[in-house]
Amino acid sequence: MDFDGISIWSPLELSLRVAGTATLVSFVAATLMAWALARKKGPMPALLDALCTLPLVLPPTVLGYYLILLVGRRGVFGHWLAELGINLIFSWKGAVVAATVVVFPLIYKSARAALEQVDGHLEDAARTLGASEWRVFVSVSLPLAWKGIFAGLMLAFARGMGEFGATLMIAGNIPGKTQTLALAIYDAFQAGNDAQATWLVVVTSLACVGLLMAAELLLKLKRRRR
Amino acid sequence: MISLRLYKSFKNAAVPFSLDVDYEIGGDHKNVVLFGPSGSGKSLTMQCLAGLVRPDSGHILLGGRTLYDGASNVFVPAQRRKIGYMFQDYALFPHLTLLQNVAYSGTGLWPWRVCAAQHQRAQDMLERFGIGHLARSLPSQLSGGQRQRAALARALNAEPELLLLDEPFSALDPLLRERLREELLELMADLTIPAVIITHDPGDVDVFAGSLILYDHGRARMVPNYADLRRGFDSPGRCLRHLQEQGPEQGQEQGPDQGPDQGQEQRQNICMGKSH
Repeated sequence: MDFDGISIWSPLELSLRVAGTATLVSFVAATLMAWALARKKGPMPALLDALCTLPLVLPPTVLGYYLILLVGRRGVFGHWLAELGINLIFSWKGAVVAATVVVFPLIYKSARAALEQVDGHLEDAARTLGASEWRVFVSVSLPLAWKGIFAGLMLAFARGMGEFGATLMIAGNIPGKTQTLALAIYDAFQAGNDAQATWLVVVTSLACVGLLMAAELLLKLKRRRR
Repeated sequence: MISLRLYKSFKNAAVPFSLDVDYEIGGDHKNVVLFGPSGSGKSLTMQCLAGLVRPDSGHILLGGRTLYDGASNVFVPAQRRKIGYMFQDYALFPHLTLLQNVAYSGTGLWPWRVCAAQHQRAQDMLERFGIGHLARSLPSQLSGGQRQRAALARALNAEPELLLLDEPFSALDPLLRERLREELLELMADLTIPAVIITHDPGDVDVFAGSLILYDHGRARMVPNYADLRRGFDSPGRCLRHLQEQGPEQGQEQGPDQGPDQGQEQRQNICMGKSH
């Protein structure tokens, strides 16, 4: 289905690609962070925990602004990135960076809660059997916390699909290049193109419902195998 | 031989607690029993021994090895202590089969992959404990007694130099407890390594105690001649109650008439208070 020469599938494909990559990157970073901070007390872990949760409460435009200050052409890491030939502003990679930051707290929070739920005796037992801290994490904590982390991943992916504000700030709204579903809907609505907006809204809703149902099914299959 | 002096305090806890123990366990007995009410510091001592908790100060010597020395800042991590630990709830990994559990000390990052040599070793260990046919079962499919054996098999498969058993029977019903006590005793008779056993069941003390350490409110004292003392009582419970009532002053050779004297003094004070 085409509207003004831009396929409807282009924003959908871009949204899936951005949300998928962002979820994957955030999964690694947020899970490691959750592992480092799980069961830790004191002012330093508390501060880090607050920073990791911040993207959940800050307006996306503020996040976008911060990101431009950090990775924009004249930003703190801008020169460094330019030397490596990476340009994040107005590119789909920029949209990934924005979505990664936005979904980070969702994965971090659920991973930390899930890791703290793991019976400490099991981790201690692994230690007395000679397992290094890293091995305790990979072979005991992570498999036992997996269900909680997976739920966080699904939530993050769905949230990434709907990311709007920070993406607009850093990646702009270039049809076919950085225009995700959420941006395309806004664009179509602004232009008075109601038919296209409706169609995009339906596609987004169906994709998200399908995603959440698939997640539930995956969890159920895993439970049955146990 | 184990020599330990431990000090650890939890001042900021809801119920402030401090552990302050100092004793040596000689080489003439293989098994040591730590006996005392819950919350008296037995498990904490065991966690310090295993390297899971770091004491505030003191030292731990096992055989010729220094495992912990607060003064010279030595702390051997749990991973390198070679101390087997059987937890109260057995702590079998619920996501691994029995064989993978027992082989855990020899497998890598991915515990589901067990190489042929480790597989054989773990299977042999399970056979030795009479649960070879359960190698592919998950811990959730086992009975309490089978779980206990699996936990013991897993700990021994790591070839420890000391075995710690934290209330080995508390997770079992009383009838099973009697039977498994006998079983465990038989299994342990074959072992060449010493064992430290925590219990608050007087029956366990009779069966396992070579040496006995009595715990109370974070303090501990040694009862070197439990077997001799025990002969004067008709049940282990009475003997232990007697020992506990005796209190930690036992070694200080308190005169038998000192107690009543103090009582008289108190009575006098009361009388004086009344007369005024």
